[in-house]
Amino acid sequence: MASLVSHPDEVRVVSKRFGKGATNIDRYLELDGYKAVQKSLGMQPDAIIAEVKNSGLRGRGGAGFSTGMKWSFVPKQSAQPKYVLCNGDESEPGTCKDRLIFEHDPHAVIEGVMIAAIAVGSHTGYIYIRGEYRYLSIIMQKAIKDAYAKGFLGKNIFGSGYDLDIYWHGGAGAYEVGEESALMESLEGKRGIPRIRPPFPAVVGLWGGPTVINNAETLAAVPPIMLGGAEWFAGLGTPKNGGTRLFCLAGNLNKPGVYELPMGYNLKKMIYDVGGGIPDGRELKAVVPGGSSTPVLTIDEIDVAMDFDSVAKTGSMLGSGGVVVLDDSNCIVKFALRTMKFYRHESCGWCIPCREGTDWLEKTLKRFHSGGGVMKDIDNIYYLSENMLGKTFCPLGDAAAMPTMAFVKKFRQEFEDHLEGKPCPFERTGKIEHLPVYA
Amino acid sequence: MRFSEEFERRFAEMLGHYPTRRSVLVPMLLYAQDEIGSLTDEVITELAQRLELTDLEVRNVISYYSLLTTKPRGKYNVQVCTNIACMLVGGEELLEHCKKKLGVKNKGTTPDGMFTLEEVECIGACSWAPAIQVNYDFHENLTVDKMDQVLDQYSKKGTV
Repeated sequence: MASLVSHPDEVRVVSKRFGKGATNIDRYLELDGYKAVQKSLGMQPDAIIAEVKNSGLRGRGGAGFSTGMKWSFVPKQSAQPKYVLCNGDESEPGTCKDRLIFEHDPHAVIEGVMIAAIAVGSHTGYIYIRGEYRYLSIIMQKAIKDAYAKGFLGKNIFGSGYDLDIYWHGGAGAYEVGEESALMESLEGKRGIPRIRPPFPAVVGLWGGPTVINNAETLAAVPPIMLGGAEWFAGLGTPKNGGTRLFCLAGNLNKPGVYELPMGYNLKKMIYDVGGGIPDGRELKAVVPGGSSTPVLTIDEIDVAMDFDSVAKTGSMLGSGGVVVLDDSNCIVKFALRTMKFYRHESCGWCIPCREGTDWLEKTLKRFHSGGGVMKDIDNIYYLSENMLGKTFCPLGDAAAMPTMAFVKKFRQEFEDHLEGKPCPFERTGKIEHLPVYA
Repeated sequence: MRFSEEFERRFAEMLGHYPTRRSVLVPMLLYAQDEIGSLTDEVITELAQRLELTDLEVRNVISYYSLLTTKPRGKYNVQVCTNIACMLVGGEELLEHCKKKLGVKNKGTTPDGMFTLEEVECIGACSWAPAIQVNYDFHENLTVDKMDQVLDQYSKKGTV
């Protein structure tokens, strides 16, 4: 069980029931549970979608697309059944927020799926949880069972005449399945190979039916919006970036943890105040602001509001909320190598630029880090990455390329310090595999 | 091929959740593996037949997912995360320590079949790093000393 933290600047919306025993359905009911869905049942579907749209809620999985807008793309009439799919395949390195939601407030996710289903006219929802989170799938299965027992799910929910089934589904270890089209493939019992778009899932999704796919945190934010109102939620954040966000502070920090802060919270303050600053008298070197796929920020770039649009202006992304902090004892080349090793491991091999690019980049970075790099490699690393961008079915290729380009661009000097047989200036263990220099 | 009653109950229940039979494949492979230890030829054929798939289609799915394995692992699979958040606070040192302590390489199993060591990608414990999973149980905020305690606990548990 993951430990909880707190800070006075936190605004608890999604995390308000954390640590309060809300996995118990009766306790959840005491804490305003299942009120939002009952309210939604009395509303026109379009009015629900308008409320979510006006709240400024944007996808918490990383892309930051307007949730209400996404729902509005689902056709009203459909010959095929419509589906709602909750993405709980959290695997972006640096991100550990959905885990807390499932652990402490599984019914909020169920309720969010229910409201999404009512809004788009779907009668079936799935909650996909990554295979490593076995204890959370047990919690979720019990929560769903309890909701059925109370008559909140199944036929004629809350006596409204609306039928709605929600099921749990489990993964078995695959980062790429967090991408929406690969997620659907996985749920259909296949390899998680991404699908080409268009058609988008909202039109052709699970088993060919229109499908809404939202991140677990996004869906957990929906019930509070329906109860508190779009205006209230939007007002918590910055313009066009409604609400709060679970930020996962990790890396070289005194007080790492998952904190719920308003959208637009200053990153510098997040590191030094909320996260307690850098331990052991070290200095800050760099920050990965939103999971491993987001371009690194240097110390000159951290005075930024953490919302989708402000972080985008720095050339990076708010991403999935995983803030990974590096102190000055860390080697950027090594960090880039470890990041690339991950993407090489997770690439499904379907698109050649990603399959070959990640492998080639990992090999080059490995040779580079061990002192076998030559000057032209630096530009080659950048050039290779650049040529992966936008050339793949799913964003995994981009996710590997974008941070790598930023590492080279912003820390070129450090790459040069590794050239031609020089040992890594940062190596702690002194144990580096030495590889030959290729001229 | 016999699975537990629990498995059969779950299998029958999950089939009712989807419009196609093969949708249960990924979660059921993992449950089968938990019971049998690995996805043996026998397990693959059995699930393939039940879901009206070929053995090859099932193998094709198995090879995609990193938790699924056709090779037996030790009783306790020690999965050490060395991804970025863990790496920054000592994940690699933990892995090296485990290699020495258990006397195995990455993906190796101790001769007594107690432990398998595996370097894994992000397990979603970034704010509580460095972290490991032993089978499905998380152990977080580890140091080399705490790691020793964790391994010793499992060692005791496994020999009882």
